[in-house]
Amino acid sequence: MDAGRVFGKKVNGRGLAGGPGCDVCYGLVEDTQEKEGLLPERAEEAKLKAKYPSLGQKPGGSDFLMKRLQKGQKYFDSGDYNMAKAKMKNKQLPSAGPDKNLVTGDHIPTPQDLPQRKSSLVTSKLAGGQVE
Amino acid sequence: CCCGRELFSWRLHSDIISTVEFNYSGDLLATGDKGGRVVIFQREQENKSRPHSRGEYNVYSTFQSHEPEFDYLKSLEIEEKINKIRWLPQQNAAHFLLSTNDKTIKLWKISERDKRAEGYNLKDEDGRLRDPFRITALRVPILKPMDLMVEASPRRIFANAHTYHINSISVNSDHETYLSADDLRINLWHLEITDRSFNIVDIKPANMEELTEVITAAEFHPHQCNVFVYSSSKGTIRLCDMRSSALCDRHSKFFEEPEDPSSRSFFSEIISSISDVKFSHSGRYMMTRDYLSVKVWDLNMESRPVETHQVHEYLRSKLCSLYENDCIFDKFECCWNGSDSAIMTGSYNNFFRMFDRDTRRDVTLEASRESSKPRASLKPRKVCTGGKRKKDEISVDSLDFNKKILHTAWHPADNVIAVAATNNLYIFQDKIN
Repeated sequence: MDAGRVFGKKVNGRGLAGGPGCDVCYGLVEDTQEKEGLLPERAEEAKLKAKYPSLGQKPGGSDFLMKRLQKGQKYFDSGDYNMAKAKMKNKQLPSAGPDKNLVTGDHIPTPQDLPQRKSSLVTSKLAGGQVE
Repeated sequence: CCCGRELFSWRLHSDIISTVEFNYSGDLLATGDKGGRVVIFQREQENKSRPHSRGEYNVYSTFQSHEPEFDYLKSLEIEEKINKIRWLPQQNAAHFLLSTNDKTIKLWKISERDKRAEGYNLKDEDGRLRDPFRITALRVPILKPMDLMVEASPRRIFANAHTYHINSISVNSDHETYLSADDLRINLWHLEITDRSFNIVDIKPANMEELTEVITAAEFHPHQCNVFVYSSSKGTIRLCDMRSSALCDRHSKFFEEPEDPSSRSFFSEIISSISDVKFSHSGRYMMTRDYLSVKVWDLNMESRPVETHQVHEYLRSKLCSLYENDCIFDKFECCWNGSDSAIMTGSYNNFFRMFDRDTRRDVTLEASRESSKPRASLKPRKVCTGGKRKKDEISVDSLDFNKKILHTAWHPADNVIAVAATNNLYIFQDKIN
């Protein structure tokens, strides 16, 4: 790369904040362009502060970064984690073998052909010993 | 370089793609996904009977690299998502790559098997052991060709060296060592040794309340094996020389663009956070990606970048909602082309941007099935920033912020690019006339 192509850009010390893709800047234009680029950002900040007045001054503060370091789903313990994983696995098996359920008039069904009956989550009142 | 792109292939991943990387020759393209899987594509060789298949990338190998784990001490789930894949330079018939999730780096060997031995003495063709008393003659097994089988096997597992989440790995030009970086530390490994690594950067403060910045990316220099850089969440880059001291907490060079204090806002630091840093192939420059722009730095000048390219400046007036929906924290990657004359990075709405450094032209393209037809040129896209929206333009408010292109890769020599859009992998090539 030849040195002639290296050029510095200084717009109040900051990179150009306006215009799509282009990074050439000229003296007089830069000040107004910079101000126009700033106003949207400040307006956005005002919007945010209006919505969340308790938002702290320094976004890059240690609380913010600490949250970033802690990324990852936290569980109460390993039992909680394994339960959650099991729940996810069950959710992914709703349609296991639709063919098994279709036993219609072709042949006399055998115990193997019949679909398994899942045990009820809610026990019957009779089973629980309760009177009707 | 940017115009005349045509869609060559499109592949659907089963999960969100989290990393894309060409190998040194560009014949192999590796992708990692959120489910811990690695899929490697191989470029088809020129074939006279199927001229249109030249350059197509087809699946070469698929394997499960990482599984979800549970950190019992902290009761935290360790995601199996592949954060980065880096290839090793090829030294023999097999291919090697490093893949990493948040905590563990693995070295994988991908090898081909296209021969099988037949005519064993001690066992039958189906593998059953023969009765030794019935063996009356000896024969030499012969090698017979078989259907190509590509096997992936884990050769090294580099674990338990990172308290925080690994964001980068980088193979050194010495081909013997590599670095891994997490939010606060960088470790140096030898590819042969898994039970220890050297800590070369540690920015963890004694009191965590004093934490002001984290490491966001790190990379070795492409030619100088003693030099590496790391970027921070405050928009700074530090270049370190491993010859100067064992612990590189003190940088050799410090790159930061001076900021005008009067332009500072709540968002300034967040959008200045560097999400990716990449050396040019020449080793003379490096490129950094922050939320709104891509900057090219000359390693000889620390005071400011030599180029700044706006990726999606129109988002500056949307920062409030982008902060609320967390998009402002999206980590976009960037890449150079083989000759360092062009750079590419992703944006939202499945848009990606390419900047030609020589002609100073840039273009916005879209990676989607609707807008891409095989063998047709990609149409440049334009975002309307205000006022009257022209036909074919998209207004900023219509952009889909769920369709983000975070990962892109450029072939090391040819004008072939790989773009990951959620769970779709697009491969574009220059038109062959």
